[in-house]
Amino acid sequence: MSAAEATPRPASVDVEDLRIALTGTDIDVVDEIALEIYPGEVLGLVGESGSGKTTVGMALLGHVRRGGAVGGGSIRIDGRDLSALSQGDLRKLRGGTVSYIPQDPGTSLNPALRIGTQLTEILEAHATSMTAEQRTARLREALEEVALPSDDTFLKRYPHQLSGGQQQRVAIAMAFANRPRVIVCDEPTTGLDVTTQARVLETVRDLCRSHQVAALYVSHDLAVVAELADRVAVMYAGRIVESGPRERMFSAPRHPYTRRLLRAVPDIAGKRTVVGIPGHAALPGNRPEGCFFHPRCEFAQDDCRKAFPPVTDLGAAHQVRCYHIDQVAREAPPEGAGQADAHQIGANVVLAVQSLDAHYGSRHTLFDIDLEVHHNECLALVGESGSGKTTLARCVSGLHKDYTGKVRLGDDVLPQAARSRSNLARRQIQYVFQNPYASLNPRRTVGQAIARQLTLFEAAGGRGEVGRKVSECLERVALSSSAANRFPDQLSGGERQRVAIARALAADPKLLVCDEVTSALDVSVQAAIIELLGKLREQMGLSLLFITHDLALIRTIADRVIVMTDGRIVEQGTTERIFTAPSADYTRKLLANTPSIEVALGNVTAPAS
Amino acid sequence: MSTDQTVDTAVDLGLEGAIEGSAPTHEELRGHQWLWILRRSLALTRTRIGVGIVIFMVAIAVLGPLVAPHSPTEFVGAPNSGPSSNALFGADALGRDVFSRWLHGGLTVLWLSAAATAFGIILGTGVGLVAAYSRGWLDDLLMRGNDVFLSFPAIIFVLLAVTAIGPKLWLIVLTVGFTHAPRVARVMRGAGQEIVERDFIKAAEVVGEKRWRIVTGELLPNVTSPLLVEIGLRMTYSIGLVAGVSFLGFGLQPPTADWGLMIYENRLSISVQPWAVFLPVLAIGLLTVGTNLVTDGVARAAIGLDRGGES
Repeated sequence: MSAAEATPRPASVDVEDLRIALTGTDIDVVDEIALEIYPGEVLGLVGESGSGKTTVGMALLGHVRRGGAVGGGSIRIDGRDLSALSQGDLRKLRGGTVSYIPQDPGTSLNPALRIGTQLTEILEAHATSMTAEQRTARLREALEEVALPSDDTFLKRYPHQLSGGQQQRVAIAMAFANRPRVIVCDEPTTGLDVTTQARVLETVRDLCRSHQVAALYVSHDLAVVAELADRVAVMYAGRIVESGPRERMFSAPRHPYTRRLLRAVPDIAGKRTVVGIPGHAALPGNRPEGCFFHPRCEFAQDDCRKAFPPVTDLGAAHQVRCYHIDQVAREAPPEGAGQADAHQIGANVVLAVQSLDAHYGSRHTLFDIDLEVHHNECLALVGESGSGKTTLARCVSGLHKDYTGKVRLGDDVLPQAARSRSNLARRQIQYVFQNPYASLNPRRTVGQAIARQLTLFEAAGGRGEVGRKVSECLERVALSSSAANRFPDQLSGGERQRVAIARALAADPKLLVCDEVTSALDVSVQAAIIELLGKLREQMGLSLLFITHDLALIRTIADRVIVMTDGRIVEQGTTERIFTAPSADYTRKLLANTPSIEVALGNVTAPAS
Repeated sequence: MSTDQTVDTAVDLGLEGAIEGSAPTHEELRGHQWLWILRRSLALTRTRIGVGIVIFMVAIAVLGPLVAPHSPTEFVGAPNSGPSSNALFGADALGRDVFSRWLHGGLTVLWLSAAATAFGIILGTGVGLVAAYSRGWLDDLLMRGNDVFLSFPAIIFVLLAVTAIGPKLWLIVLTVGFTHAPRVARVMRGAGQEIVERDFIKAAEVVGEKRWRIVTGELLPNVTSPLLVEIGLRMTYSIGLVAGVSFLGFGLQPPTADWGLMIYENRLSISVQPWAVFLPVLAIGLLTVGTNLVTDGVARAAIGLDRGGES
């Protein structure tokens, strides 16, 4: 039930037909945006990279990024039209009536000012009628609301003396300090661990309820939105394609894009196959005629190619922009993604780590780690930041040399450094990095990068022979062989990660170490990469060491799971067992804090908490 | 790392691409960043003027000896006599043709400076990139050693070597180049440090690439913009230093024609016969201004590239 029905009050945010275009052109970044948010309501604005969701969020603050300008429509905040306000009025509005919770508190707080000073500044700028005592009282109240200490010692701290979660709470306290009517949250939990994220989300929700604040929650994370929002709007290529109450959006989505998006999201509540969306979203200036989604849509017909579909009202505030909703509704529901198949795991151990201890300088980071990866098995290493999971992966691959204990590949104990290992050992363990924007040399074509790998590890034939093999490697990761002539900056994030995987596979490895390989990617792209890794594992008999912080992802891909915290293994077991009957408290806590669409909708009960 | 970083990048790139029309890069130049920077820098007026001046001066130095009316050592009139039909800019302190000596006197400065620059750049880039890549004790050793050389004024160091060993041209090239090296090294280490942290360097390590290959194959192609700027900058300094050494009498020996030497030989009679000093001063000045303008243009083009082209 939306707050609109319960309380017929005027909307705090009323956006009508908003258009933001590139300056001096008729290319729009976003257009035909209409949304209303009522006091105490949270609207989740969901979309992938480049969908324009941040642009819309910023517009509520009366701000448009450089290179763009409002080209039409209106934004009313608390009944006031933003376009009628002067720069000075807008400044008063920001931080007062409308406030903002940024994505990364690490960069939004001023590192040179004490927490108390920064909070006081906000109050001084807006609550001008307050006395100094009232300000101090309000400041302490604001901190208490976000469950932070409000004593003088805390006020005297600098941002770097706080943890990421505490910094984000300070940012939230600043946003709520002036009792705003509207708050814009721009993915405020993206950089946080799940435990911290859960607490921050709870704080935001409670504050919005108790102070009757209308919130726009911009996010790419559907599970977070499912847990937090009252209503959800989905953006694609600068348009809102579907919006409605949370339950209907997640249980009966009608737009093909929403449905595909939901099929791409892994969930801790069940082992499901995630399916990516082929193709990419079109950027401004490059969008197709008609419905922007039609080139990627399975339901597309001739009418979709002619004009963008009008809004269809399905009742109960559920609106969708698609010509073929009836046909879409007849198709199997998105949950039809189904169970992933079990597959054969070999008996022989490919990689064994035995009583491994690692140090970073004088810091002891890993304690007595033992693990085994079998042939054709996917072993997931999960933990929050600082758990040592990446250090362990780096020890295995020879990037982190400062360790004691044994790393065995088959029967051989490997030397610490990659350079001292045999060419065969280096070939058999390949590493795929987290950020495909950094792991490919920008001055080298895709073809050169893969060819180098081939010449390092294979008796490379002539130039034609290498060229043919490069094409083969690219085809294996579903890229066309013409990609060989491209430079990394000509590829999208998903394509770059495919190239990184193709490069690793060119060595014909036994074990692929995947270090958070999808965390920099959109969900639909993540799903495609996960699909690809699953397929390659079957085809090539690969073993995977899959490092991630995302439990939902593990449920989809992993056979066995190792849970780590503070450099120690706290639990290991088969994926099913870890998810259905976790034995360690820490695992239970992680599971309880991981947002889930299924749990949020009440389809399944929350895992043991 | 964070997802929104990619969001912003995607949107920003989209915006910029749409504003500027097509992608600014030319397909075949993508792999050769330096060619692409040079091409872009030529769109700037300052670079064009600079290139014009440099080409003009190089033409004088190279073609001058071919068109000179007299031999540089031939006596054409009374010492310090003024301009005449036989000697366009008069005769120098020993009665030789100023104009002919000027036309003959540029080549040595040019090639000495170019060779010194090349030596300094190669040595400095090598030291800088090795320091950036190695980190740890080798980095400390190289860079602290660097600091020691930096504390020496360049001209003193060159003069010391030349007085000790003798006025040999190869020595000038070596010492001038050697004084450049620590400055180049410091810049290249700074540029390299940021690249070394990126994952593609680790990706190369994990597959067992040799150290020198990582430095030359992975690191070097990613620091071409500061490298180009350094080349221009060091060339400017080389010209000044080489001419300075000649002026002080430690470069080419009389009776060879050389711009620096000409200033030295004719400095006492500057009030009587100013041309003999003015012409070489003008030449050295123009050459320095020209290389400086080109360097400045290249630096601007490189900054523009770093802002828009990288992701």
